[in-house]
Amino acid sequence: MTAPLLQVENLATHFMTRSGPLKAVDGVSFSVQPGEIVGLVGESGSGKSVTGFSILGLIDPPGRIAGGSVKLAGEELVGLPPSALRAIRGRRISMVFQDPSATLNPVLTIGHQMRLAIEAHETVGEKAARDRAAEALLRVGIPDAARRLDAHPHQFSGGMRQRVAIAIALLNRPALIICDEPTTALDVSIQAQILTEMKALARDLGTAMIWISHDLATVSSIASRLLVMYAGRIIEEGPVADVLRAPHHPYTAGLLASLPANAEPGQDLVQIPGSTPSLFALPPGCAFSPRCPHARPQCGTMPDLVREGARGVRCHFPLEIRGRA
Amino acid sequence: MTSLIRVENVSKRFTPRLTLGEKIAAALGQPIETRTVHAVDGVDLDIRKGEVLGLVGESGCGKSTLGRVIAGIHHPSEGSALLDGTPVMSTRHGKTTTRVQMVFQDPFASLDPRIRVGETIAEGPIAHDLVERREAAVYVTRWLEAVGLPADAAGRFPHQFSGGQRQRVAIARALAMQPDVLVCDEPVASLDVSIQAQIVNLFLKLRRDLGLTMLFISHDLSVVRHISDRVAIMYLGRIVETGPTEGIYRAPRHPYTRALLDSVPRLVTDSAELVTFKPIAGELPSPLAPPPGCHFHLRCAKAQPRCRLDIPARTPCGAGRDVACHFPLEDR
Repeated sequence: MTAPLLQVENLATHFMTRSGPLKAVDGVSFSVQPGEIVGLVGESGSGKSVTGFSILGLIDPPGRIAGGSVKLAGEELVGLPPSALRAIRGRRISMVFQDPSATLNPVLTIGHQMRLAIEAHETVGEKAARDRAAEALLRVGIPDAARRLDAHPHQFSGGMRQRVAIAIALLNRPALIICDEPTTALDVSIQAQILTEMKALARDLGTAMIWISHDLATVSSIASRLLVMYAGRIIEEGPVADVLRAPHHPYTAGLLASLPANAEPGQDLVQIPGSTPSLFALPPGCAFSPRCPHARPQCGTMPDLVREGARGVRCHFPLEIRGRA
Repeated sequence: MTSLIRVENVSKRFTPRLTLGEKIAAALGQPIETRTVHAVDGVDLDIRKGEVLGLVGESGCGKSTLGRVIAGIHHPSEGSALLDGTPVMSTRHGKTTTRVQMVFQDPFASLDPRIRVGETIAEGPIAHDLVERREAAVYVTRWLEAVGLPADAAGRFPHQFSGGQRQRVAIARALAMQPDVLVCDEPVASLDVSIQAQIVNLFLKLRRDLGLTMLFISHDLSVVRHISDRVAIMYLGRIVETGPTEGIYRAPRHPYTRALLDSVPRLVTDSAELVTFKPIAGELPSPLAPPPGCHFHLRCAKAQPRCRLDIPARTPCGAGRDVACHFPLEDR
């Protein structure tokens, strides 16, 4: 195995609130190989987005990284001064967010914003910056790129705006792009276009990605490895197709079983009882145990994430592969 | 089967009011650019008694506007939506019936944060004499139970509920009006995956128990397939295809339906499987200036010269289906 591009070790991100510390991310460890696309899935409040933000040091008070380490090609990022982090953001690691209309500046032309993104990291002439920006737009499938540089964000559709945001993320050829629900706000036909293009980009440029999403089907069509989060922790990991074919954690299995695609039309869907727990009132031990059909007294203690081969599961009584299809 | 809801040639156009500057310019004789949005364009649709009709389309296709015309929220610009032969809205008095109720996408926006849930549910039934004020508490409890909430939920405020529970409250509010027809506009889109299944099951149960007729508006093709007896596919203000759910999903006739179904990501459970999409080229044209002829022709791989000129009429194509395409697809 080659050296990982990104190594996250025991990461903990807490938010200080009046009701005490809220452990949004509580001991998360994983790595990303160069060129690998890792899917990070979970429901709202599971800590998947905060994990992404923490890697880039984008946690503002009252939040803070309470512990752990994030290494990019061996270099520690946690505790770096803001200036050093700024030199990394947008150059070696960049990020694409869910809502492109919130990430683009409405009063600057696309070309201007792209030039700023380049100039943040190097000194280039106006012509050179323009050429690079046009090239990036072309690569994400925006026709007539050179002319579109002079357009403002409101002159683009939602799908095109997300393409612009992706083009900006690509400008400095980062080794890793963190994509936080980049297609959630888009229609399925546009989502299919963007997924196809992102896969091709990752392949052609060798860019690694962390693809954060709540949608298992979307992740399974782009990522090669899957991390499933629940209440701030990774509870299952492994190659995407293996995990989805034979989940080991009852939560992953429940999520899959509840999808309409896995049920007969008109029949009741399998449902996970209850709702996602409040991070302020987590049950002792395994956070999923109150909703788990297989819970036993032992689940009152926190299970470790046990890794075996490419798979890992945080459960005292993982589901067997055999006997499940 | 008889139609409970009949939509007849409904069009809905939105024209923003002129700004002050534009009024002055108009008074000075300047030509003013009209910005009329053709949200719904000459739609005919039947919803049969007791069925769930799924209405599918991408954002901006007019599906929510059509739902709101049926629910008596928007006046149609032309045509009318009829319940049992009577228009749901009159020009003079607005909405004329309480038998059509609506559930909205976002239960955070559709419930008044300052009013206790019990009052929110009781308000409509009391105003329309479905229940006496002194019996309202019992009445509310009944509907809370019907949607799987405890009786003491009535005394709480919306912020004390999770998203899924709030959507249950919104459903209880609609049901307390004892509607015959429920118009649901993306009712599970804003919910977490594990909660979506709970709410979908609730709709299935309500339908069985109460014999509700439902219009289920969604962009989520797998949820619609699960819950609907028939589906209608909408593109840029027009219905392009309708028919029984399984038939359409198995063998769509309209190229747009085919492309839409091909765009849905599937769960990959075989690592050897190479995931490829056949994305539809291009994007939804602006409803401010829809293309002539078939609205889909700009993005359609099978488009012929005729598609740019003639609007295709909805034509029956067997098995209770119809399609608006000059060159419909054959069975594969």
